[in-house]
Amino acid sequence: MVKQIQTDVVIIGGGVIGTLAARELSRYKLDVWLVEKDAEVGWGATKANSGIVHAGFHDKPGSEKAKYCVEGNALYPELCDELDVSFEQNGILMVARSPEEIPVLEQYRAQGQKNGVPGLRIVYQDELRELEPNLSASTTAALLAPTGGTVAPFELAAAAMENAVDNGVQLLAESPVEAIQREDDGFIVMTPNGNLKTRFIVNAAGLHSDTIARLFNDTSFTITPRKGEEYLFDKSIRVVNHTIFPVPNAVSKGILVIPTSEGNVMIGPTGDNVDARDDMTTTQDGFKRIFDSVHELVPSLSPSGIITQFAGVRAASDRGDFVIDYSPVSKQIVHLAGIESPGLTAAPAIALQCAALLKEAGLDLVPDPTFCGRRRPVVRFHRLPRTEQAALIEHNPSFGKIVCRCETVTEAEIVDAIQRGARTIDGVKFRVRAGAGRCQGGFCQPLVMQILSRELGIPLTAVTKRGGGSEQVLYQAKELVGRQTRENIIS
Amino acid sequence: MKTLSADVLVIGGGPAGLSAALAAKQKGAKRVAILERNEELGGILQQCIHHGFGIHRFREELTGPEYAQRFIDELASSGIDVYLETMVLELTDKRVVYAINKDHGMLCFEAGAVVLAMGCRERTRGALRIPGHRPAGVMTAGAAQRFVNIEGYVPGQRVVILGSGDIGLIMARRFTLEGAAVEAVVEVLPYAAGLTRNVVQCLHDFDIPLHLSATVVEIHGRDRVEAVTIADVDAAWKPVPRTERTIPCDTLLLSVGLIPENELSVQAGIELDPITNGPLIDHTLMTSLPGVFACGNVLHVHDLVDFVSEEAETAGTNAAAWTDAQATQSRRIITVKAGESVRYVLPQYVSPEKTAKLYMRVTQPETNVTINIGGLFSLKQKSVRPSEMIQVKLTPKVLSRLDSDSLTVAVEREVENVG
Ligand SMILES: Cc1cc2nc3c(=O)[nH]c(=O)nc-3n(C[C@H](O)[C@H](O)[C@H](O)COP(=O)(O)OP(=O)(O)OC[C@H]3O[C@@H](n4cnc5c(N)ncnc54)[C@H](O)[C@@H]3O)c2cc1C
Ligand SMILES: Cc1cc2nc3c(=O)[nH]c(=O)nc-3n(C[C@H](O)[C@H](O)[C@H](O)COP(=O)(O)OP(=O)(O)OC[C@H]3O[C@@H](n4cnc5c(N)ncnc54)[C@H](O)[C@@H]3O)c2cc1C
Repeated sequence: MVKQIQTDVVIIGGGVIGTLAARELSRYKLDVWLVEKDAEVGWGATKANSGIVHAGFHDKPGSEKAKYCVEGNALYPELCDELDVSFEQNGILMVARSPEEIPVLEQYRAQGQKNGVPGLRIVYQDELRELEPNLSASTTAALLAPTGGTVAPFELAAAAMENAVDNGVQLLAESPVEAIQREDDGFIVMTPNGNLKTRFIVNAAGLHSDTIARLFNDTSFTITPRKGEEYLFDKSIRVVNHTIFPVPNAVSKGILVIPTSEGNVMIGPTGDNVDARDDMTTTQDGFKRIFDSVHELVPSLSPSGIITQFAGVRAASDRGDFVIDYSPVSKQIVHLAGIESPGLTAAPAIALQCAALLKEAGLDLVPDPTFCGRRRPVVRFHRLPRTEQAALIEHNPSFGKIVCRCETVTEAEIVDAIQRGARTIDGVKFRVRAGAGRCQGGFCQPLVMQILSRELGIPLTAVTKRGGGSEQVLYQAKELVGRQTRENIIS
Repeated sequence: MKTLSADVLVIGGGPAGLSAALAAKQKGAKRVAILERNEELGGILQQCIHHGFGIHRFREELTGPEYAQRFIDELASSGIDVYLETMVLELTDKRVVYAINKDHGMLCFEAGAVVLAMGCRERTRGALRIPGHRPAGVMTAGAAQRFVNIEGYVPGQRVVILGSGDIGLIMARRFTLEGAAVEAVVEVLPYAAGLTRNVVQCLHDFDIPLHLSATVVEIHGRDRVEAVTIADVDAAWKPVPRTERTIPCDTLLLSVGLIPENELSVQAGIELDPITNGPLIDHTLMTSLPGVFACGNVLHVHDLVDFVSEEAETAGTNAAAWTDAQATQSRRIITVKAGESVRYVLPQYVSPEKTAKLYMRVTQPETNVTINIGGLFSLKQKSVRPSEMIQVKLTPKVLSRLDSDSLTVAVEREVENVG
């Protein structure tokens, strides 16, 4: 419990936007706090998206989306190298499903060139077949964007947070911001775990960024939740090399076939306006729409290879574009809001703009000479050659214990993830992929729970899937015996 | 990296691995080793603390751990090398096996023959695509079994079980005995998937409702399961509109099938059968990779451990007798095929000169049928069920009557009067 902290900047929301902004600000001699309502960072839209680093040909020239997307894309290779995050520049192919769609490819190429997307070209029949032998025979041409890529989005947010914390940023998790009070030279940001007195606020609260704005009577934008479902295939299914897009329709970029940076194929997303901002349900209807559409692109994909599904909710603003600007209420508040797709791609560029806006509003950005942007490298045991694996076990025997057999994740990697900030079963899963494979934790979840319980010093019944209320086992053996009979008598 | 060698190397120390290793040793293999990733031998049996193991083999009703212990005791004086907490990472097509262990580090085994005995894993929610939220409290029946029987925790107090496989049925009883309320067992098929004795002893005896031809169509609860909606299904397993009913619960167990664990086999280039998800084998239980044998749940999912042990003995015996020279011998091969109403038959290949045992499962429960074994002979059966494996012996004498290179096994019914 923090009582009242005095700080320079409070960032509200630990998605990819908030965490990268935090890491950017950690370059300077500043006191920065990031306040997140969930138990860990990255559990909003950031963990449930398509993971595509867009090239930038989809959005209208002159829009914030187009600008930050192209800039963000260019920053990705170096950023992911510094933070040691899975990233593949596998390229994007937007495919014409009929000859009539070829002129549309031309339009997007022209639009992309205006936006500054490098290397765009259209590939035809033979070259297309060579690039993607499994595409439907009815596809005749495609727009190739070589700068497109895929990233592990949760890993990126977790890595950015870890690096920010290593450089002095403070993280206040499980602390929803509930009120904001104006002071003479700043604000008091109030959470159930204490209040933060701050000069500047960065509003990166995703789906709830308009709710946050309302806390200081800012009604300049409104967020509409728009849900997207995604379905993930077993690693043994490798049908495409590039990320495959159809030609978009009026409302969305369409349903994609994505080879993820971690080696799975994923299909999705849908785009449906929903009533509830936390509606992360998957539906039979969503599945059907995705599958019908994907079938046109890659006919060999069969539902039997699916290992899991999820849904994420986009925070669409009523401006139809990102809101990256001061609040009309005060220049000491910067909104990074309405960051729907391509927000993941744009995030590194938005972080730079955030720092620039704060500077312009009077925040002194004095470089901190102790800043180190390189995250301590992560060991990914399964990717190493046998000799290196052998050397690791010799050095640390807990590399000799495989916990997750599907993804070959060792105990040492899980312990390391906890030391880097994982607090929950999902936190471990998203960081090191224990439980993310084909058996979806059926085998390793009890083991992961034991390690969490041991490392965090909490009982097994307090180990959660994703924070308070999501405990996975509720009772000790025999605890219920007797209790149940009483209930039966009452009922 | 340490390099070791073995005449017969067994991957997996469950009941299949134990019996295979013991048989190989008895048949004279000098160096026999078992590699097991767990801290103890016995495989899945260690968490099956209920009775019902060994009825055929020992004519006793043992618990899982008791059954396993009989073999573990025998192993103690056998001279078989046991490597515990040793996970096999890779099997190559040259029968080189890489495994890791906390204390010994990376181990490399060069094996004369290899026996695959890795067992199986449970199907999970993702494979079923159950719509709804993804809260805590959804787990496989086997994971729940481990929590209750090994770790000493009860996942929840109001439970719905999807699937009436044996593990689900056993867990329905286990949860009830732990003081939890099992609200329903929901099965998509029009009959229970598990053994009849488990339906009686685990559901009927405890008045647990079994909903047949039904499935879970939605999971409710953001953080922890709060309820599930179930609905009846039609013949194509599609939910029937307006049959939905919602059952409040805090836990959803899945007992929706087991999948042989063949990652290592696939990596080594061993061919699998798309129906069993286990390797294609010949009458010696040898896979498509010469010198590599398979038995137990990694080969096909068994319901009774007694037959696992028996099958594994065959694999171990043949592994001990195997030499490189055999790989090049050419012989006549008969392909065994599953015909009408037969889900699968093992082995897929038999030799006309050798006795073979056929293992098969039917596709649906039926009464008064005949099983036609390639026209060579037929078996009259009062009742057949997919959950109960059927075994038939084929001798060279019988096989000599076959004048084709393939043999089809089919279920035949009494001729119906078509009006
Ligand atoms: C289905 C789908 C597919 C997508 N695909 C792509 C893609 O392929 N490429 C791409 O570039 N973009 C994609 N996007 C968009 C991308 O995911 C988002 O733009 C990005 O994740 C937005 O990040 P964020 O940090 O703004 O939001 P979030 O990740 O939602 O973070 C907001 C954070 O604020 C926290 N918060 C909210 N209220 C409070 C409060 N009161 N107090 C404290 N904390 C609070 C939340 O808990 C959350 O952690 C996709 C989005 C979806 C939904
Ligand atoms: C819940 C449940 C209830 C059952 N009830 C009954 C019953 O009442 N009566 C009955 O007769 N039968 C019952 N059975 C069936 C019987 O237990 C199984 O058929 C039998 O255990 C299968 O034996 P196995 O050796 O093939 O597999 P397992 O017992 O699963 O053993 C496989 C072993 O291989 C190891 N392994 C796997 N991969 C590797 C690797 N890469 N490296 C090293 N080791 C590895 C595993 O750790 C495991 O120990 C039940 C099964 C279950 C799951």
